[in-house]
Formats: sequence, structure tokens, C-alpha cells
Amino acid sequence: MAAQIRELRQRIRTVNSTKKITKAYELIATSRLAKAQTRVAASRPYAEEITSVLSALATASANLDHPLLTERTNSRRAGVLVVTSDKGMCGGYNANVLRAAEELLTLLRSEGKEPVLYVIGRKGMSYYKFRRRAVAGEWSGFSQLPHYINAVEAGDALVKAFVAGSDDEGDQPGPDGILGVDELHVVYTEFKSMLSQTPVAKRIAPMEVEYDPEPKRLQSVYSFEPNAETLLGALLPKYVKTRLFSALLDAAASESAARRTAMKAATDNATELVRTLSRQANQARQAQITQEISEIVGGASALTGGAGSDE
Amino acid sequence: MAEMTVQLVAVERRLWSGKATSVVAQTLEGEIGILPGHEPVLGQLVEGGVVRVRTTDNELVTAAVHGGFLSVTGEGVSILAEDAELSHEIDVEQARADVQNSDDVQRARAIARLRAAGHSA
Repeated sequence: MAAQIRELRQRIRTVNSTKKITKAYELIATSRLAKAQTRVAASRPYAEEITSVLSALATASANLDHPLLTERTNSRRAGVLVVTSDKGMCGGYNANVLRAAEELLTLLRSEGKEPVLYVIGRKGMSYYKFRRRAVAGEWSGFSQLPHYINAVEAGDALVKAFVAGSDDEGDQPGPDGILGVDELHVVYTEFKSMLSQTPVAKRIAPMEVEYDPEPKRLQSVYSFEPNAETLLGALLPKYVKTRLFSALLDAAASESAARRTAMKAATDNATELVRTLSRQANQARQAQITQEISEIVGGASALTGGAGSDE
Repeated sequence: MAEMTVQLVAVERRLWSGKATSVVAQTLEGEIGILPGHEPVLGQLVEGGVVRVRTTDNELVTAAVHGGFLSVTGEGVSILAEDAELSHEIDVEQARADVQNSDDVQRARAIARLRAAGHSA
């Protein structure tokens, strides 16, 4: 009986200290989420401007044969960038994004394209390492606070592979020395609201240009410095990186939101568990007291009874 | 006095936006000055360039702009940059140290930062 109380008290202490940790994680995730949302908002003006500039340029420029815009016939390899987190404790966040990635890989294989994996975040890296899958490129250490420079690093590698194209024979790098791809996809978690984050797979190259169906009256007289083709060549890779950067920011916000939700659930569970355990411990304590009293009473009455019979 | 809307945006944040009377920047083709009512232009800015904006309050906003584009439309002027710093945000000591950097891009950026901050390289 005494041993049971001690065990229960020990468990209550353990659960309480776990609860402190999950509570702290929850608070940190809440503040990180707020920061991540401000960063998403701060990056929006640039993304909007570059999109409008690009569509103006595409509408004005006659000749759109940049490799990033051209759909390739018989594409054989497709690059897939998976954005995961560096740390766990965020519920199904990584599992969901990795499942979406697997679905995309299956789809690509069924279309006869060999997927080439690029991974961001330690969780994704260890997932593919454990399954002994070849990964063409991996980056980590910035999942909660991505900077544009991180998007540039990953973007440069992806664009380089894409521009090289899968002109290679078999699985060996071709004459250009790069194992190229014909398509680029990114799988990340889209931040919808505090409670809802959904993994999405998007194709970032070749991209589809949206022409302005009703050009504004000033657009036809745009003048370019230098010419439109050079500008397009300089802008498109930057646009790809902007898209990647906004995916990273969205993923960071989703990660914090997922972690907040998971840690809130864990804290609530711990509170509930402590309540149940304390009830059991109190019951055991009262049972022990009752037993002790009845033992004493029983012992005393046996003594008085015994003494009485002596006389 | 004629005025135009100018915004200076970097990838991670909006640096400055407001009404201005003139903008001066360097594109790959040379220096360009924009006054209100300029024809629509799209230009690529030089790596490590300096952009000067004269506001309607006759103040001068100077920024070091890296990897930027200039877009002039009927609505106004926007300067897009991969990375940009306003003159008062620039760490002059750090920029002076970076001028010695062996990397060409880093050096060009450091020189632009010093020029934007009003120091000679």
C-alpha cells in the first residue's frame, strides 16, 4: 500500500516536469508563430512586385524561349524539394509533408519520370537516410528562421540542375558534369490558419506565365534596360528563389503552428493525467489511513479485551 | 509640384515607401534619373548600386541595393532588391572591413554600402 502511494507520487512528479517542458515549448512556438507570420507579411510586397514585373515583361517580350518557361517533351527526371523541420515535437507536421512527398514521387514514377530528391530540414534528411534513398542535395539549420540566403543556396542548386536538363545517358552525369532534371517540384506545408496546415506539392519549373488578357494602355510602351530577353534571363531565376523563399516562410509558420497545437494537446493531457493520478494517490492514502486506524482500533480492543479476560 | 509614389522593397521587408519628386539609380546601361511622368521602364540595376530618392519633403533617402530591378509604371516607381540597406542602417566599420574581402561580389557590395552611407571607399 505505501509502495503504491510512493509510485503514484513519483509518476505525478514525472508528469508535472514533462508538463513544464511541453508548456514552455508551447509558449515558444506561439511567439515564433507570431514572428513567422510577420515575416510572411513582410516578404509579400516583394513577391507581388516581382510577379507583376514578370508578367508585364512576359506580355511585352515577344520571344519567350527561356529554358525556365519552356515545357520539355519527354522529360525523364524530375527534381523534388521536400521542406521539413529541423526538430520534432510538432505532431504530424513532418509525417504529413513526407507522405505528400511520397505521393508525388509515386505519381512521377507512374509518368515514367525518375524523381531526384532534394531535402531541407534534419527530419527529412534522417527519414531518407534511414530508408537508404539517394538525396541529391540537403540543407538544414534554418527551418524555423529561414533567410533569403538559404532559399538562394537551395534555389541555385535546383536551377543549375534544371538548366542542365536530363541530357545525360543513364544515371551518370552527362558531358556537362551535372545530373540534370527536367522539372522542379517543391513539397512544403502551406499555412492556412492557426489550426489548419496542409502539405502541398507545387511545380516551380518550367513555370506557366500568366499573360495579362487586357493589357493596360501603358504596357505596350515599356522600355527595357538592357533588352527584354536579358532581363527575363536575370529575373526568372530570382523569381524561382522568391517562390522558394515564400515556401520556406510558409513552412516555418506551419511548423510553429503545428508545434503549438501538439504541445498544447500534450500540456492538456498532462494536466488531465496529473488529476487522475492525484485522485488515485489520495484514494490510496485514505485507504491506508483507514486501514491503519482499523488496525490500531482492532489492536487496542484486542488489548482491552485481553486485559479484561485476565481479571 | 509633381510627385510620384516610390517603394523600395527587399525580399525580406519593405524598406521605404512614400511620395517622391525624383529617383536616381544605376542600371546596367548607365545612370538613370526618374522624374514624375516618366515613360514605363524596366531596368536591371548594377550589382552594388546606390539608389537616391528625393522625397516631397526635400529629404534624401539613400540605399545600397544589391541584385536589384527598377520598374517604372504609370502608378509609380518600385525598386526591387535581393538585399538592400538604407544609409542610416549601414554598419560603416563592417563595410570598411568588407572592402578588403577577396570575393568580388562582397567587395562591390561593401563599396556600395560605403557610398550610400556617404563615405568614400
